[in-house]
Amino acid sequence: MIFAIPLAWLQLIREKVRLLVALAGIGFAVILMFIQLGFRDALFDSSVRLHKALEGDIFMMSPQSTALIALDSFSRRRLFQAEGVPGVESITPIYISFALWKNPADRSTRSIQVMGYDPSQSIVSNDLLPDSEALKLRDHVLFDRDSRPEFGPVAELFEEQGYVTTEVAGRRVTVGGLFNLGASFGADGNLVTSDINFLRMFDRDPGLIDMGMIRLQPGANVDQAIAQMRKEIQEPNGDVLVLSKDEFIAFERDYWQNSTAIGFIFNLGAGIGWIVGMVIVYQILYTDVADHLAEYATLKAMGYRNRYLLSVVFQEAVVLSILGFIPAFFLCMVLYNATENATSLPLHMTQERGTLVFCLTMSMCVISGAIAVRKVQEADPADIF
Amino acid sequence: MTSATEPIISIDHVSHYFGSGRLRKQVLCEVSARVDPGEVVILMGPSGSGKTTLLTLIGALRSTQEGSLKLLGEEMYKARNKQLVRLRRNIGYIFQAHNLLNALTARQNVQMSLDLHPNLTTKEKKIRSLEMLEAVGLLDWANYYPQELSGGQKQRVAIARALVSSPRVVLADEPTAALDKQSGRDVVEIMQRLARQRGSAVLLVTHDNRILDVADRILQMEDGRLSTLPREQLIGLS
Repeated sequence: MIFAIPLAWLQLIREKVRLLVALAGIGFAVILMFIQLGFRDALFDSSVRLHKALEGDIFMMSPQSTALIALDSFSRRRLFQAEGVPGVESITPIYISFALWKNPADRSTRSIQVMGYDPSQSIVSNDLLPDSEALKLRDHVLFDRDSRPEFGPVAELFEEQGYVTTEVAGRRVTVGGLFNLGASFGADGNLVTSDINFLRMFDRDPGLIDMGMIRLQPGANVDQAIAQMRKEIQEPNGDVLVLSKDEFIAFERDYWQNSTAIGFIFNLGAGIGWIVGMVIVYQILYTDVADHLAEYATLKAMGYRNRYLLSVVFQEAVVLSILGFIPAFFLCMVLYNATENATSLPLHMTQERGTLVFCLTMSMCVISGAIAVRKVQEADPADIF
Repeated sequence: MTSATEPIISIDHVSHYFGSGRLRKQVLCEVSARVDPGEVVILMGPSGSGKTTLLTLIGALRSTQEGSLKLLGEEMYKARNKQLVRLRRNIGYIFQAHNLLNALTARQNVQMSLDLHPNLTTKEKKIRSLEMLEAVGLLDWANYYPQELSGGQKQRVAIARALVSSPRVVLADEPTAALDKQSGRDVVEIMQRLARQRGSAVLLVTHDNRILDVADRILQMEDGRLSTLPREQLIGLS
């Protein structure tokens, strides 16, 4: 039966103040969920930012490595072996380590991630790292302009003077250029340098590398190459892990998701937002039903079915969830933007998260509705006569 | 369903109890009565005499526990809830409190009653609602909300709502209780006139002696028992 009069809607807009309070409450819950899930995803995204930027098809790392911040080194020889596999175009050994960086402005120190590789090859796209020419010079490094501000106004100084000198790992270095990668939860800032400069900074065995990047010729079969490398290098020696780019990204993400408390904490935060929202919507709907109890009983006396009244409550729940979601969604985009500017973390509204939070909001409202409709059963027309 | 000679309401030895076990209390005691089409019947009695309970039984708000109660020829003894809900759609209710929906305008309140009859288009429903409001003298107030209307106006909207779907039976529970003398009188006269026009039977519960003259018949209820009083005697009392 189609009812000409949208009772649910009319009842909601009749009490404007209550509606606004309800929408503010739902909006609060929506924002809480968006922020928590946004931070969680930003963390995971930031942790694989380097992995995504690296322009390789196949990656090699030590099976002892658990994440970028906990890398174990392996023999460079394994990577050279991979060069013999058909389809391989080039290989790039990469050294990664953390060192203390001295802020050129206030001389404070902070741990920074340093990557060393052969500068005659490029490892990331030109958009991110346009000019690596300076790396060919002794003790020259490139600085990530998206590093956290605690490392000092390096980008500004560089643009002013054309170079910045400071100390890394107790060694005097010159910043000869800038690139864009961004901070992650694991590394607050990044430096890249040549393999030779890296070995000067860190007293290490040049034969032990932290990561190997392999590029294939255009049109080569990636799966086949990986299978062959696993068979010929990984399995007989057992001291390296061969991963496709997707697996390499998933490996890092998996560490942050499952081996740290972070995923759980943010999910819990979002869950609390959901429950808070549910309580708010329940309170609103319950009060609404209680206020209209005599009216609902009248409708029952007129011959309206219980089902009609239940549908009124559920319609109110759905309308509330939609009306509460929309302004909160746009407010969140603003908040994301502000947070991104403040933290250098990649915080964006994605369609996936938008859909997820919308579904959560809807379920929150409908469940509250389901609890609140029990009150409708109390509207007994025999009592109002 | 019913032929012209068949009563609209026929009550035969109906008894009703509230509570159970030792607290079980009889409120209606072998009540028998009938109301014919087009009749206006007033039901009087002191409070607690069981008249409201009888009205809720006739109004299909409760199922009958004992005896036979037929509304429009349908037996309501031990009727299922579904049957009760369906029967209610043939009844126009007017309550002591107007019980209008506050979120709806006068016109929308009247239309809520027509929404239960799906064979009308939205436009027809709207026109009939407005006609009904005109009949109770409130056409100019059609777009006002209940809290913007006076007590008498609200009760007239409630009458319009009860009568708009041309029910066979109109049940009214002290419709004038909250009104002053003049608006009470107006409300009852409108109710009587419209019910006559539509051939609806009216059963009116009241304490109000001033309106007894609208009735064709007056029933007196005391301690759950029903007796018929001569109309002239009561009017003489008032």
